[in-house]
Amino acid sequence: MAILEVKDLEVYYGIIKAIKGISFEVNEGEVIALIGANGAGKTTILHTITGLLSPKKGQVIFEGTDITKVPAHKIVGLGMAHVPEGRRVFANLSVYQNLKLGAYTRKDKEEIESTLEMIYKRFPRLEERKNQLAGTLSGGEQQMLAMGRALMSHPKIILMDEPSMGLSPILVNEIFDIIRSVNETGTTVLLVEQNAKKALAIANRAYVLETGRIVTSGDAKELMNDDTIKKAYLGE
Amino acid sequence: MALITSILEQLLNGLRIGSVYALIALGYTMVYGIAKMINFAHGDIIMVGAYALYVYVSLLKLPPVLAVILTIITCSVIGITIEKVAYKPLRKAQPLAVLITAIGVSYLLQNLSLLIFKATPIPFGSIIKVPSVKLAGLNISGLTIVTLVVTVAVMVGLTLFINRTRMGHAMLAVSEDKGAAELMGINVNRTISVTFAIGSALAAVAGILYISQYETLLPTLGALPGIKAFVAAVLGGIGSIPGAMFGGIILGIIESMSKAYISTQLSDAIVFSVLVVVLLVKPSGILGKLKAEKV
Repeated sequence: MAILEVKDLEVYYGIIKAIKGISFEVNEGEVIALIGANGAGKTTILHTITGLLSPKKGQVIFEGTDITKVPAHKIVGLGMAHVPEGRRVFANLSVYQNLKLGAYTRKDKEEIESTLEMIYKRFPRLEERKNQLAGTLSGGEQQMLAMGRALMSHPKIILMDEPSMGLSPILVNEIFDIIRSVNETGTTVLLVEQNAKKALAIANRAYVLETGRIVTSGDAKELMNDDTIKKAYLGE
Repeated sequence: MALITSILEQLLNGLRIGSVYALIALGYTMVYGIAKMINFAHGDIIMVGAYALYVYVSLLKLPPVLAVILTIITCSVIGITIEKVAYKPLRKAQPLAVLITAIGVSYLLQNLSLLIFKATPIPFGSIIKVPSVKLAGLNISGLTIVTLVVTVAVMVGLTLFINRTRMGHAMLAVSEDKGAAELMGINVNRTISVTFAIGSALAAVAGILYISQYETLLPTLGALPGIKAFVAAVLGGIGSIPGAMFGGIILGIIESMSKAYISTQLSDAIVFSVLVVVLLVKPSGILGKLKAEKV
């Protein structure tokens, strides 16, 4: 069953049409990758899904409900978390405060504590640095914090925007391992990536974007062996 | 001995007027931190507070405590309304448009009060009736005691509110990154409203303390303390809460010392010169953090 459905989405920046009618769906339990070059519209799509941007046309349907007009701050409470591009951790707050803000919409203190424990287990480095200001963390640690913060809301689906951006190859592998394990523990993942190779390696299905349109889609493994994809995105 | 007593007395005077500046400066700095705008109408909220107190005490004959509470509520409601009507529609406009609007709101408030209460100054005695205290040869007025106690209580309360409550954390998050705050589920518009409410409530308290010192109501009475408190906020580092507290107190002490020992006429010039010097040495203000621009 589709947990998230995007239908005929059109988004404008002023008079410029950035998203030119896009439809796709994410089924429960899947890892879906949206791949494409810079400027293809990947971030715009995620921002529209979580309400930071509003579309001119089209619908966003989450668990059967139309959430196109739901304001951004009400989205996370429905069970959809968004790890934004560039991490956007609260640099002048501690790691712990950042994580607590991730659980802003949750009420049950005990449950929040147990989620926190779980996140510290998954990211031991965050626990070591819990009292440090987030701005003093390295890029990889900030990415972990941004992911941990999103997981604090205990989401059904997590949207990740360029989690590997600006990280060393070792850290990129680590981040992708974490994404896989987040998915294995039951969270659906919608992943936006320029690193198509890595993204296709962990995704079930993928959509390929070019200047605001979906040009190809299908099984991730098949796309990996597709000659055009190989040439354009995998550098082979 | 006489000199020491005189210096201590001036220090107390400085603390008293500085506390009022600090309370006002907190409003400037909090609104700047969250909404990234300088609310130039903030000084006029002090005037609104002073007149509101006059209406409740002198015209409606309400008991002082109730009058103070109603004054604070009045200013908060006006602060929220100004934000909703004048600033919220400009959330995505360029900063200059917001600045000009704020100046417009300031004139609107002054002229409304001119229309309602006329230009003739209205004498209005202090509602604070606490006896003065003699301490080691020093005469500390009741007003000074009340001002200092209220200011300390407000500062402690505000610090606890920001660091301990859910709304306080939301304010910290919004001041850093509105978009990311929204992704956390924080209602940014409501957080901005609450900030304006708190800032205006502090201005109301400042207005009550200010009018208790000067005892004359004028539609423009908020302008000078408003601009001085703005200087205090910039001096301490705009956006920084401890900076606003510190800046206000320092400004008050410099002003009262200059008045007593240098020149009454020059005291304001000295205060503003200090600002110029501090900004030359540390452009972000005394406790302000320099933001690294990402390129």
